[in-house]
Amino acid sequence: MRLSCTVNGEKREVENVWEGESLLYVLRERMGLYGSKNACEQGECGSCSVYLDGTLVCSCLVLAGQAEGCEILTVEGLAEDERLHPVQEAFVEAGAVQCGFCTPGFVVATHDLLQRNITPSEAEIREALAGNLCRCTGYEKILDAVRLAAERMAAS
Amino acid sequence: MTRAETIPTTPTRERPETPVSTPGRVGESTTRADGVPKVTGEFEYSSDLWMDGMLYGATLRSPHPHANIWSVDTSEAEAVPGIFAVLTHEDVPGRKVCGMEVPDQPVLAWERVRYQGEPIALVAADHPETARRALEKISVEYEVLDPITDAEEAMREDTPKLHLSGNLLRHIHVVHGDVDTAEADVVVEGEYEVGMQDQAFLGPESGLAVPDGRGGVDLYISTQWLHIDRDQVAESLGLEPDQVRLHLSGVGGAFGGREDLSMQIHSCLLALHTGRPVKMMYNREESFYGHVHRHPARMRYEHGATRDGKLVYIKARLVFDGGAYASSSNAVCLNAGTFACGPYDVPNALVDSYMLYTNNPPCGAMRGFGAVQVCFAHEAQMDKLAKALGMDPVELRIKNAIKPGDRFPFGQEVPPPAPVAELLERLKAMPMPEEEDITGRDLRRLPGGVSNVTHGEGVRRGVGYAVGYKNVGFSAGFDDYSTAKVTLSVEGGEPLVRVHTAAAEVGQGIVTLEAQIARTELGVNKIAVLPADTSIDSAGSTSASRQSYVTGAAVKAACEAVREKVFARVREEFGEDPDGLSIEDGNVVAEGHGIVVPLAELLDGEEIGELVKYRHKPTYPLDENGQGDAHVQFAFAAQRAIVEVDEELGLVRVVEVATTQDVGKAMNPQALEGQIEGGIAQGLGLALLEEIQVKEGRIQNASFTDYLLPTILDMPPVKMEILELADPDAPYGLKGVGEPPTIASTPAIVAALRDATGRELNRVPVKPEHIVGISGPTGQPPQPGSRGPAAERA
Ligand code: FES
Ligand code: FES
Repeated sequence: MRLSCTVNGEKREVENVWEGESLLYVLRERMGLYGSKNACEQGECGSCSVYLDGTLVCSCLVLAGQAEGCEILTVEGLAEDERLHPVQEAFVEAGAVQCGFCTPGFVVATHDLLQRNITPSEAEIREALAGNLCRCTGYEKILDAVRLAAERMAAS
Repeated sequence: MTRAETIPTTPTRERPETPVSTPGRVGESTTRADGVPKVTGEFEYSSDLWMDGMLYGATLRSPHPHANIWSVDTSEAEAVPGIFAVLTHEDVPGRKVCGMEVPDQPVLAWERVRYQGEPIALVAADHPETARRALEKISVEYEVLDPITDAEEAMREDTPKLHLSGNLLRHIHVVHGDVDTAEADVVVEGEYEVGMQDQAFLGPESGLAVPDGRGGVDLYISTQWLHIDRDQVAESLGLEPDQVRLHLSGVGGAFGGREDLSMQIHSCLLALHTGRPVKMMYNREESFYGHVHRHPARMRYEHGATRDGKLVYIKARLVFDGGAYASSSNAVCLNAGTFACGPYDVPNALVDSYMLYTNNPPCGAMRGFGAVQVCFAHEAQMDKLAKALGMDPVELRIKNAIKPGDRFPFGQEVPPPAPVAELLERLKAMPMPEEEDITGRDLRRLPGGVSNVTHGEGVRRGVGYAVGYKNVGFSAGFDDYSTAKVTLSVEGGEPLVRVHTAAAEVGQGIVTLEAQIARTELGVNKIAVLPADTSIDSAGSTSASRQSYVTGAAVKAACEAVREKVFARVREEFGEDPDGLSIEDGNVVAEGHGIVVPLAELLDGEEIGELVKYRHKPTYPLDENGQGDAHVQFAFAAQRAIVEVDEELGLVRVVEVATTQDVGKAMNPQALEGQIEGGIAQGLGLALLEEIQVKEGRIQNASFTDYLLPTILDMPPVKMEILELADPDAPYGLKGVGEPPTIASTPAIVAALRDATGRELNRVPVKPEHIVGISGPTGQPPQPGSRGPAAERA
């Protein structure tokens, strides 16, 4: 099948998509957007998080066909004019990145949280990120990063 | 222009721009050079590799844990459109077996399979789904055999042998003093069990093999040790080592699970057969079959002490299930045998550590490596002993803490620093978190969280302590070295240092550390750490908490050699005394005289490069009584866990973990904290959640839906106090830091659970049914009609 959608503000069309392919597969293997990760491909880890028409989804659980005509925003689309998004900046500075495999998912999920709530409490942060697994950091530095990003975004 | 090339790359993918990092030196919290590409999604992991014309490989695995193979018919699979190759053991041109310590594992099985998931055949296709479907068309005729699934059973004389060498893979026997004549006033016994834990790194096993057109191959791969992979690949392909070139691709975590081969040989076989690049990538389910796990263990202990709490003797019998193949079981067995008694001074000890082959999934390296299992047991024993003596558990530990000059039960003298008592004292003095009122609390801060199962009724608090320790580096006579090449040049008028090693960056931050060391030693800000590959000699494994020590020392020594050459040239040209010289901000500076010459001028277009191989001091194998200077360095950590338990539902909330750890030197404090917090999370996982359920040799929960990892909701805040007592033998005095946190946290959390519930809890992971007492002490399901032994006791 053919799929057309908007990805990170750009119109994209791909041919010969097999019906069983997930949005994650198409983003990665057909569009070369490898930023969204594939740690579980069954909706458990959040490493594949993207926005689908403004809603945070696990792209591994979305069939490619469901994205027809939709607007997709991936981790690659968060930085503007070569400037890191404050969430991305905070993850680097706070030491929230080790192997980094979970990072794109956390960055997108944090972006989503802070869009809705710029002053999240610790419990709210934990709840919002409960669907994202990280095996390296023990989450402490991720919490630091979210707080740092929230502070900076609230101030600007 | 040379960029700070820390970013793995394929020949076809453009390298992202120069990563920005703060120019930190040793001892400063330096942000990672690969941090920016990791947050933007540009960082290339091995699962992101892509090349024009590449094929996708897939692996046929045995559905049976134990079977004879009578035939393999690939003809139907070969006929599938889009299939380019179907390979079996007959297509392995060189050595048909592989293995890190013992080459006992078939590259592709023939005649017999010994575990569920053992690779039998490979296919390459133009779409991963085509490859998977072709696998279903391969027909294998099996004769299913009874699996040996219990290590004790494997040990019995009349049990069939899984390998020619027998089922006993290793036995470590440690005799220290004489336990038979030792007299104790108080004796406590216990039996403990540790379940099979998975490393569960998030980046799935993956790699891309590219034939070079001259019979050789380039492999882009996520691994912990390029050279041991390279050697094994070359052996099995029947190639010279230099025909097989490995390049480290982006690694999404490792924790021991990438020390053994996964698809390294397989992808190269397919690439050489098809003449096309071949990418292989496991999905999560296959990953559970595609790497080794932490050894399950059953441990029986007896501790004897005087009435005033001095240890008199320890007897331990440890039985480890190594699964079907050897992996690093030999070394795990050695570690367990040597660390079985804990960091305590005990005059008499008898330890028997057994490692068995079974038809269970192969087990091998995982963070903590043999020390995790025994620490759970010896710390539970110390608590039991304290209770029997009516002593405070921390006081008992301090009283028996090992110190420099004592002898470990395996005969080695305890080298300084070994601040076990100090770690415990400081831990005890750390403030307790304020006790929050249970009633009216935000649900999310109660056991069970938003499941809204308790409002505080039945919730009890408990506190537990543990101290753990482990060796750093490879032991028992292993030639453990690392190689570094450091080159100083001037590019665009600015001095630049290139650092090249084969050390695998798996997320821990060795690349950043190498740059910090070069900056510190050579006084130059711009450092390029080149991609790790096999064009330079080995750096050894990224495991055993050893890279900062061994590769750190190699980089430091290479920098020093470059600096000496610079100073020699300054003496020749300017007559300055090398003793008073240093390099600062790219200038050679003489004490009291300021700048002698800028490096740019001194080098005048030339480069100064030095290659250094570093070896730590030698270690020795144990003798027949388990005695010997087996280890290089010892790292210690003490922890205190506070838990809240819902006694009626068995739900747990870990409130806080506090830790003290001696790190020798905090090389990068922020990265150090990250290692400690991450290590604690994995120990928490083993205490409460993580177990690969194996039934009759079959994995029951090969997914993240059923294998539960700690989430951000499970992880408590971590408080820490870092001690920096320099090890005189190590570079900058540093100690390996990655493993001790994982070792101590499991027993500390379970001790807190015991404190809260009064139950024995002698098996990890502790499950809700253990807490409420509806299953037996070793996790046996209750017999029909019985309330179970724990319930009866309660
Ligand atoms: S890859 Fe989609 S949730 Fe894990
Ligand atoms: S940084 Fe490795 S999984 Fe999160």
